[in-house]
Amino acid sequence: MNGNLLIKGGRLIDPANGIDDQLDLLVQDGKVGRIGKDLPAAESTETMDASGRVVCPGLIDVHVHLRVPGQEHKETIATGTLAAVRGGFTAVCCMPNTSPPLHSRAEIEHVLRRNQEEGHCRVYPVAAASRDLKHETLVEMADVKEAGAVAVCDDAYPIQNPGFLRRMMYYATMVDLPVVLHCEDKGLSDGGVMNEGYVATLLGLKGIPRTSQEIAVSRSLRLAQETNCRIHIQHVSTRGEVELIQEAKSRGTRVTTEVCPHHFSMTDEACITYDSNTKMNPPLRTQDDVDAVIEGLKDGTIDCIATDHAPHALEEKEVEFDAAPFGIVGLETALGLSVCKLVDPGHLTLPEVIAKLTAEPAKCMGIPGGSLGLGDPADITIFNPNSRWTVDAGKLSSLSKNMPFHGWELPAHIHAVLVEGSRV
Amino acid sequence: MLHRKDLLGLQETSVEEIQLILDTAEGMKQILSRPIPKVPTLRGKTVCTLFYEASTRTRTSFEGAAKALGADTMSLTVAASSVTKGETLKDTILTVSSLGPHAIVMRHKMSGSPHFAAKYTKAHVINAGDGCHEHPTQGLLDLFTVREKKGRVEGLQIAIIGDILHSRVARSDIWGYTKMGASVRLCGPSTLMPVEIEKTGVTVCRRIEEAIEGVDVVYMLRIQLERQQAGLFPSVLEYARLFGMNPKRLELAAPEAIVMHPGPINRGIEISAEMADSDRTVILDQVTNGLAVRMAVLYLLLGGGASPDEGTDET
Repeated sequence: MNGNLLIKGGRLIDPANGIDDQLDLLVQDGKVGRIGKDLPAAESTETMDASGRVVCPGLIDVHVHLRVPGQEHKETIATGTLAAVRGGFTAVCCMPNTSPPLHSRAEIEHVLRRNQEEGHCRVYPVAAASRDLKHETLVEMADVKEAGAVAVCDDAYPIQNPGFLRRMMYYATMVDLPVVLHCEDKGLSDGGVMNEGYVATLLGLKGIPRTSQEIAVSRSLRLAQETNCRIHIQHVSTRGEVELIQEAKSRGTRVTTEVCPHHFSMTDEACITYDSNTKMNPPLRTQDDVDAVIEGLKDGTIDCIATDHAPHALEEKEVEFDAAPFGIVGLETALGLSVCKLVDPGHLTLPEVIAKLTAEPAKCMGIPGGSLGLGDPADITIFNPNSRWTVDAGKLSSLSKNMPFHGWELPAHIHAVLVEGSRV
Repeated sequence: MLHRKDLLGLQETSVEEIQLILDTAEGMKQILSRPIPKVPTLRGKTVCTLFYEASTRTRTSFEGAAKALGADTMSLTVAASSVTKGETLKDTILTVSSLGPHAIVMRHKMSGSPHFAAKYTKAHVINAGDGCHEHPTQGLLDLFTVREKKGRVEGLQIAIIGDILHSRVARSDIWGYTKMGASVRLCGPSTLMPVEIEKTGVTVCRRIEEAIEGVDVVYMLRIQLERQQAGLFPSVLEYARLFGMNPKRLELAAPEAIVMHPGPINRGIEISAEMADSDRTVILDQVTNGLAVRMAVLYLLLGGGASPDEGTDET
């Protein structure tokens, strides 16, 4: 690691340690060395002026598609992790629906090795729960865990067979890995491309009913309760899901959840122009669902904010709405959207939102980070909450530009990001 | 003239524009009744039909309309085009545009495709049916036919019966009829009724008897047999029993009520043979009026101010 760095005059927000105060922070040997008022700068210490800015733990995104191996035309470790740090993230969990999937030690080690060679932030791989994502044979969970996987997951290929889901939960509990779930009953979503509702009716597009998510969530919660498995439900986006999870949490089910920024920032009205950059799975729902997920964030039903960063090449998205793949990139707009849609309207405080982007996601996946206690790695994000910037899809660091926020003016300009004390 | 580049749907078409198209179509229909039904108004213009879905009547109707106005036509057939070799719609549109057509008449099985195409061409794009979304010239010719038969549209009661969910005709008709002041009732299998359709201002009826009681127009939609195979209704027989139109049922409607259908009909399923052949049924008038309405649309989009009666007949 490099020398010492004194971050002076910023508003230090560290929810994990209950800190929200104007404090200086001294980075020593890549770790948090000292925290205090008006720390003196030693002669050899570099100083960074953070006045008017927020200094917080590096953001953590538990839901990112880095597309490695096999889909490097959409994203690479280099571009994906650069997009992450540009968005203020110092750690990401990458999803296993690659080609081949992250379903054995070999692919997990490949991702970690590539990240050592070309990455800009920490990467925690999430392994596929089943061989080839087919939901027939369990992956060697103990082995992938030893290789570095932090969870097992069925993202993008939701498990339809409850018998398999139950076995997977029992086995994951034994090896103590969280089970990350994309909850969708394919019999109900059945070829749909957007929210089932008035807008889909007008556009003549096939709708996806909310029940396709809610029935799968309900089933997963029951099985988690039965197996005592720790589950994490991805991209909660309907009122019914929020209610089901709220009830399960009150019963003590070991469940954590996330919401994506687009699901609290937009509704299905955005699909009205047939722009395939408004097509994602789960789909954009209605204002009532947006209100419900914001309430869920407030009362803790929803633990964290995660992007579901899903890069697709221009030629894949620049087609008819029905023909386009699901998903948008989100790493570089997540903080801006969170401040814009949650803090500015007064739904959550800035420290609450930062908790949902740091300490809480770390807890969901059981990974380190999200805290600036003395001796913790100096993974730090510094941003100006008030300075506004305009989203330019063409200037994203991600290899892919598929997102509906082009031209939006957002708050929270990222000033600097440190990973283990080094500026990235 | 229409001060717009494209005609993609009736949802975004104003009452004034619809009125203008219908009034212009009256003149076109007159031209069609002449011994030589052809004018040179659009001479030098080219209309390209680009059909990604099989269609006999709509394509022929557009080509006939273009030719009656003196325009040249080109057509791209999907089976013979490079689409089957994996060309994207964007590239097909760019290629077709480079051939220089003034208008592209497009049909595609995916909703929103003409909207997508319109972004990549300077030519006027006319939607000839996109997925389950809209079929605006069908909506216009239906309005024209109702106005011709009933003398007005405002204040009429109109029932649309059948597979509303998958019907682009129903959506264009709903916009057209409601914008022009008619009341619309819908009826069809509950599995084929789109959610929240009432928000467009229509009434949904569970039984056909309720839907057609006292109406001035009964509009029957074609039922696609693959919907039965997809499990959306149990059998053709039950469909015909619950939602088929026949002269006995028509007695529930207003005394002079007419029966319409966009064609092609499934004789004996959504419309009985006696009903199809009855003089209360105006399906063939719809076809003829389609020609006049499409002439009006082409003229109003491409005409550039020339009156359709200017100049001498060409042939």
